[in-house]
Amino acid sequence: MDLSEFSDTFFEEADELLVEIESHLLDIDPDDPDPEQLNAIFRAAHSIKGGAGTFGFTVLQETTHVLENLLDDARKGNLSLNSRIVDQFLEAKDMLKDQLDAYRNGTAPDQEAFEALCQALQRIAEENRAGADAAPAPAAAEPPAQESAAGAGFELFDGASADADDGTPRLQVRLREVGEADRTLIIEELGNLGEILDSGGDEACFDIQLATEESPDNLEAVLCFVIDAEQLEITPLGGGEDEATAAQEASAPAEPEPEPEPEPAPAEPEAAAEVAGSESSEPAGEAGESPAESAAPEQPAAQDTPVAEEPKPAAPPQAAAPKEAAKAPAKPAAAPKAGKAGAPETSSIRVAVDKVDQVINLVGELIITQSMLNETVNGLEGVVNSDLLNGINLLQRNARDLQDAVMSIRMLPMDYVFSRFPRLVRDLAGKLGKEINLVTEGESTELDKGLTERIIDPLTHLVRNSLDHGLESPEARARAGKPREGKLVLSAQHQGGNILIEVRDDGAGLNREKILEKARANGIPMSDNPSDDEVWQLIFAPGFSTAEQVSDLSGRGVGMDVVKRNIQSMGGHVEIMSKQGQGTTTRIVLPLTLAILDGMLIKVAGEIYILPVSSIIESLQLRSEHLSSLPGNVQMLKVRGEYYPVISVYDAMGLRGLASETDEGGRGTAVMVQAGNIKYVMLVDELLGQQQVVVKNLEANYRRIPGVSAATILGDGNVALILDMPDLYRLGQEARVRRGGPSDAARAPSASTEEAEQA
Amino acid sequence: MNTAAVLQDEFSGIPGENGQYLTFILADEEYGIEILRVQEIRGWSRVTPLPNSPTYLKGVINLRGTIVPILDLRERFAMESLEYSSTTVVIVVRVEHEDEQRVMGLVVDGVSEVYTLGKDQCQDPPEFGGSLDQRFVKSLASVDEKMIIVLDVDAFLTAELQRSLD
Repeated sequence: MDLSEFSDTFFEEADELLVEIESHLLDIDPDDPDPEQLNAIFRAAHSIKGGAGTFGFTVLQETTHVLENLLDDARKGNLSLNSRIVDQFLEAKDMLKDQLDAYRNGTAPDQEAFEALCQALQRIAEENRAGADAAPAPAAAEPPAQESAAGAGFELFDGASADADDGTPRLQVRLREVGEADRTLIIEELGNLGEILDSGGDEACFDIQLATEESPDNLEAVLCFVIDAEQLEITPLGGGEDEATAAQEASAPAEPEPEPEPEPAPAEPEAAAEVAGSESSEPAGEAGESPAESAAPEQPAAQDTPVAEEPKPAAPPQAAAPKEAAKAPAKPAAAPKAGKAGAPETSSIRVAVDKVDQVINLVGELIITQSMLNETVNGLEGVVNSDLLNGINLLQRNARDLQDAVMSIRMLPMDYVFSRFPRLVRDLAGKLGKEINLVTEGESTELDKGLTERIIDPLTHLVRNSLDHGLESPEARARAGKPREGKLVLSAQHQGGNILIEVRDDGAGLNREKILEKARANGIPMSDNPSDDEVWQLIFAPGFSTAEQVSDLSGRGVGMDVVKRNIQSMGGHVEIMSKQGQGTTTRIVLPLTLAILDGMLIKVAGEIYILPVSSIIESLQLRSEHLSSLPGNVQMLKVRGEYYPVISVYDAMGLRGLASETDEGGRGTAVMVQAGNIKYVMLVDELLGQQQVVVKNLEANYRRIPGVSAATILGDGNVALILDMPDLYRLGQEARVRRGGPSDAARAPSASTEEAEQA
Repeated sequence: MNTAAVLQDEFSGIPGENGQYLTFILADEEYGIEILRVQEIRGWSRVTPLPNSPTYLKGVINLRGTIVPILDLRERFAMESLEYSSTTVVIVVRVEHEDEQRVMGLVVDGVSEVYTLGKDQCQDPPEFGGSLDQRFVKSLASVDEKMIIVLDVDAFLTAELQRSLD
């Protein structure tokens, strides 16, 4: 079988698991770790290890193995965590990611880094072991069940150390009711995994002594291909050998308790199913063996209760004797969680984004066809065609629902973005010597996948800036009478058709004077008494950032122009609010999706254009007496006591010849729109109504047109242009400057509608 | 050139070698474009004008869900423009720019013939000046004493993309 086609799936899953590991590691309290979380981390590492083994990614497998062992110790309370160990785990996670990427790109992972990390992890293990040997304190952390079997516990513990000392732990593999042919196969298999020291017995009970580095779990996983899990029993042969086993069997927690509990090992569900099946078939075939089997002295429990669950190997495996014993109490926690972890996988499927986009495009076409039908049907006599009309109405509703449903496929919760920040903040805060409390809000807010991915970089930039330059050191904060711990909030929320993403800190805030000073030094023109807003916008000026670093302001502008450009290319904009001494809020406003837009259809010069509804504040009836002129062809409209600049679409788009806008009585229609930070009034001929439109790129076959962001296809099959509000404002201003000049008439371009309509 | 080579060239459709060309009429002159670039030929239909664009760019149409720009070749070549009639034809061509394929429509007076032109029938255009931009002309071919101006359709797109935004 060619595994390579599955490896992509493995990479994706492993990526997700690594993210999960990281989030748990960041969340965990080293002094009082939540066993649930440790289990979750362990399981994730274990899954990666399993996958890596399957695909032959040896280095990855070994790294996870080392990590897994430590995690196993930790979750059983044999390893007391501290922040240094957690750091080490995080580093290990980073390296796993590197290795994963290396395998994904078909290159060899960094061997040196691997060895270094393994040593570091090994050190932790050794230190811990040394500590544990010196004072069996960990026992206190272990569950009481373990202590009831204190004698066995210590014995086992010693055994574990002994194993570790002589290098290769020895295991006893006991096979029950295994036929000759299978036995040979198994012995051969085991021979590959380790050194067979001794073997013997009969079909009912066959013992193999094996010196191997493999864990019993691994052996079990291998052998399960040949025989059922319940036919197999693996016992570590440590220092105490039989005594250990016996002691263990005597001890309550090791044997009977694990019995009814589901095993968290991944192979388990199949095993359980297999067992259930074999339960009915095997005894029939090998009924004669049953008495012999029940005579087997070491396995009374398994015999007594033929439950569908596989009995845990009677004695704990390898260098993990005490861990195994502790597994009993750990299991109940693990079992339900395992069920939960499994659930999302079965209830979701992986689909290539291309396919989803294809569906979205098709739905877009469907919506267009549907509105085309709608328009045709509108002219029909209602009574005669009531069935048809009802059908069309139903179709319209269904198409809308379908569209919503399809769009939601592409939506990802913001958690996808936010989840990478705890790590970044933790690392940076440590590096900068700052105390920072990161709070995320609105993680479940959904955003189009395409946008989610593109928002990460700008957001990272803003968070870095806040940490680096916004939030002060604990000392400075104390001096300023603020709590030592700085607060950084990442939040997301929906507002209309937009999503607002904020990076909020309670740091020093922007320094107005310094920014102005710097702007002057850079020769950026500005008015004599700029508003705060205007000043904050200065940090987005390109080049503002590249200037040499200036104390507490420095870097605030580093790459801010890039941030702004990125956001604008996504159809959004950035706002900054800042109060000196109190903090800074950077707000990113983005449309929820780029594929479909709520549009207001307007008519200008006989053509239909579309305004994004999200940018419309209100529509107004224009009266010429409310218009006042400023020098330089600037017109202002007074709306409820405030003046707003007026832009004519005719001027901005260079449309001529059919100018109506205002009738003889000086009346007309105007729309007040918001373009970034600017509000202005746009003069149009007519408002036609609202409609959802599918955004079509003009650049696909042509190029960008000034004042136009994209195009769409209307119900009648004609193309309509979607206006770009900020660009229109710019064009309007330019047109004002040109107006009255002789070049004006010559410039008026193609919008000769008469010509176009001669069809 | 032996027959086999001719056949091979014909099938491979290598531009400049033997290839089939669709010709169309523009102000009584015959122009040719590679037939493999032609996607379809359709009648003139209403376009949506693009503001802030040159006059020869008539606008955009909806071609089965994609938005396609329409260029008037008469106006592009600074010839006298003609009123569109029922015989006015739009040739939809596939054009390339930096390995990206796009589609655009060319308004012409009418389509004429399909010719197979051998390399020996074509010559590189001399410097000719005049209103026709040299960039757009790939070669001049002669068929039965007639001159056919073979156009480079990619050049139209390149020229559009290079036109600076104002």
